[in-house]
Amino acid sequence: MQKGTKYALILGAIPFAALVFALPLVNRIRPVILGLPFILFWILSWVMLTPLILFIAYLLERKFNNSGEGEDK
Amino acid sequence: MNIALVIILAVILFSALLGIFAGRREKMNLENWTVGGRRFGIILIWLLMAGEIYTTFTFLGASGWAYSKGAPAFYILIYGTLAYTISFFILPAIWKIGKRYSLHTQPDFFIKIYNSRSLGVFVALIGVFSILPYLQLQLAGLGFIVEVASNGVISSNLAIGISFILTCTFVYTSGIKGAAWVSIIKDIMMIVAVVIVGIGAPLIYFGSFGNMFQTLIEKMPEHLVFPGSAPHMNVIWVMSTVLLTGMGFYMWPHVFGSAFSAKSEKIIKKNAIIMPFYQIPILLIFMVGFTAILVIPGLENGDMAFLTLVNKTYPSWFMGFVGAAGAVTAMVPSAILVLFASTLLAKNVYQAGFNPKASEETVLRLSRFMVVVITALALGLALFFPNELVPLLIFGYDGVSQFFPGVILGLFWNRVTKTGVFSGLIAGISVVVCLIVAGKDPFLGLNAGFVGLVVNAFVALSISILTGPPRYKLRGKNLIIKKIQKNGGSL
Repeated sequence: MQKGTKYALILGAIPFAALVFALPLVNRIRPVILGLPFILFWILSWVMLTPLILFIAYLLERKFNNSGEGEDK
Repeated sequence: MNIALVIILAVILFSALLGIFAGRREKMNLENWTVGGRRFGIILIWLLMAGEIYTTFTFLGASGWAYSKGAPAFYILIYGTLAYTISFFILPAIWKIGKRYSLHTQPDFFIKIYNSRSLGVFVALIGVFSILPYLQLQLAGLGFIVEVASNGVISSNLAIGISFILTCTFVYTSGIKGAAWVSIIKDIMMIVAVVIVGIGAPLIYFGSFGNMFQTLIEKMPEHLVFPGSAPHMNVIWVMSTVLLTGMGFYMWPHVFGSAFSAKSEKIIKKNAIIMPFYQIPILLIFMVGFTAILVIPGLENGDMAFLTLVNKTYPSWFMGFVGAAGAVTAMVPSAILVLFASTLLAKNVYQAGFNPKASEETVLRLSRFMVVVITALALGLALFFPNELVPLLIFGYDGVSQFFPGVILGLFWNRVTKTGVFSGLIAGISVVVCLIVAGKDPFLGLNAGFVGLVVNAFVALSISILTGPPRYKLRGKNLIIKKIQKNGGSL
């Protein structure tokens, strides 16, 4: 596996950790943040952070993977 | 004259014309019709994928869930985000194989990877059986939303008849491009409607989102954490459900196939990055459901929450706008569903199953003929047996999700065999059907589809190891995808 792909996969695991496996820990109303119950605030934050995470993964793949982009015109 | 009525009919007609117009200059062959000639850039791909995700369910169902079930509705926000994350890693690889071998559909992919036409026919049949109830749901939602929004002037059946026949006309003429173009109208109208109601209603009744939630927390705090007001939808159920639907989303034959329309793998990656932003309108739809439960409690049917609140809060012409938005929101996914169901039947059941020598022209002609057949079939079912198929919908998602192990192993594991994938599929689907029929969904708190998926993956892995040798023996030891990558796109 190329180095960039490995980094990208590690980053890609973050949304799963936060949005699936952490759910039992964050299933509560308080503290209310920005007017939202905590569980909704948590989910929404990670939904909004995921594009950023994937963008970093994209950059890392581009930086560390050299082949595989050849036909990409 | 009823303004709402005029708006609804004008939008439906205009959408259909745009859809027909979209394909006017294309010389129609199978490649242009099903995958848009693989020429879609980031905007058309985004419109197409967004067109598939936002269906009438999003309008009525998501607000309905927030209204009657509460927190479990949040699963929609989560699974979409997981699905886009997965797509970032798998869709570019799928696209490459599609490009290399000129694939049009998901069963094509299975046929190529596993070198097995019978597996392709099997996958195609599961696909079509999963699509039909989904299509039915779209039509039912369309009829419902137009009937309510036009205050009963356009009956549900009339609305379904008119818009579905128009939809199938532009599918017939323009193929996938028609759907992507109509998606422009759909997206604009849907987002406008959702923003106006989702931000407007909480502000009008409570002054701010914060006050609305404050009132809700005081009145019914348990509604806002899992399991909300649906006792069996606890945290375990939510976790297994988002994993299942997150993995299953891109396994829908029409979503999978749409990836082939992209111009390059980079387009697909970029699209995966921006897609999660498209979840924001869903949050606003939840706001509508939560506002409704405080303002108009006690509705028997939660799916009525959105429309009832609009009716109570806004002028009647806006109701027309919502009705029109709802109609187009059903037309676009219906178009894509019809298109792929037709192609699966023509290309992967007829050509792959019975007549491998059929030419591309024959397959296109048959696909278009199948559009007419499926239109007639779906209309007949929608008008005469409106409720018969809906219970099957639960099998739809659980069914297509079972393709996931076959796709992933086929892409990334060179020891997988077609016998392994076949056995896994059969085992997974049997488990799902048995659990649901026996009334054991959820099973030990887990979504039955998820249980099936675990069994499926386990069977596929073990049978593959037992039945080796690897399917690539004849072609060398590397995975197809690695070879394509190494040689810059050619084998």
